[in-house]
Amino acid sequence: MARLSFFGRLTDSVFPAEQMLSLPGTVRDTHELRQWLSQIWTLGDLLDDPTIRIAVNDDIVSEPHPVSDQDRIAFLPPVGGG
Amino acid sequence: MIELRETGLCACEALQAFEARVDDAGAIVSFSGRVRRGGNGGDVTCLHLQAYSPLTERGMTAAADQAMDRWPLTALSVIHRIGDMAPGETIVFVATAARHRRDAFEAADFLMDYLKTEAVFWKKETTPSGDNWIEPRAQDYQDQARWARNGDI
Repeated sequence: MARLSFFGRLTDSVFPAEQMLSLPGTVRDTHELRQWLSQIWTLGDLLDDPTIRIAVNDDIVSEPHPVSDQDRIAFLPPVGGG
Repeated sequence: MIELRETGLCACEALQAFEARVDDAGAIVSFSGRVRRGGNGGDVTCLHLQAYSPLTERGMTAAADQAMDRWPLTALSVIHRIGDMAPGETIVFVATAARHRRDAFEAADFLMDYLKTEAVFWKKETTPSGDNWIEPRAQDYQDQARWARNGDI
């Protein structure tokens, strides 16, 4: 299963902020993952936002980037600073 | 050198520990940032800070390495709180040690400008009128731009 993490304002809409999920075979990259999550969780256009970057296995990636069922995938809104 | 901490951060204790570690430095500069009482939506009752390990630590370590490269520092320390904090609590402690004061001042200033704009944190303040996610101010970006060099953050 993939380990999904959500940060910042996304945690207001996605609970829990960290969860394990089996990705279907139709989800092969980050674009397809955004679309799939938006559908199954009825998130509207929340994830359809280029300012939300995605990290795969703790590296921020250029999209679309391949994802697999063993990955740690994090959704990162713009940072707020310390 | 770099630490994220979920429990209370005492700037006095952090400075004492730093001084003990660098007793040969001629200049030590320390900065502590605290949770402000007044926020965009009124009085702040709680400030919540999220980090993403290991990206947050990786970025802070890279900034610390840059500071060590740019200024002849003996040592530095960056301790940052995460989790829930109340107004008045210390959120960040930065200390730099050098042979002379100018290097220590500039390196501490550089590190704080990094932390305010580039560091991987998400910050939410709770006020009587609701919760607000906070983003860096334009002034924070202007402050950080002072340090720009080719190939740097």
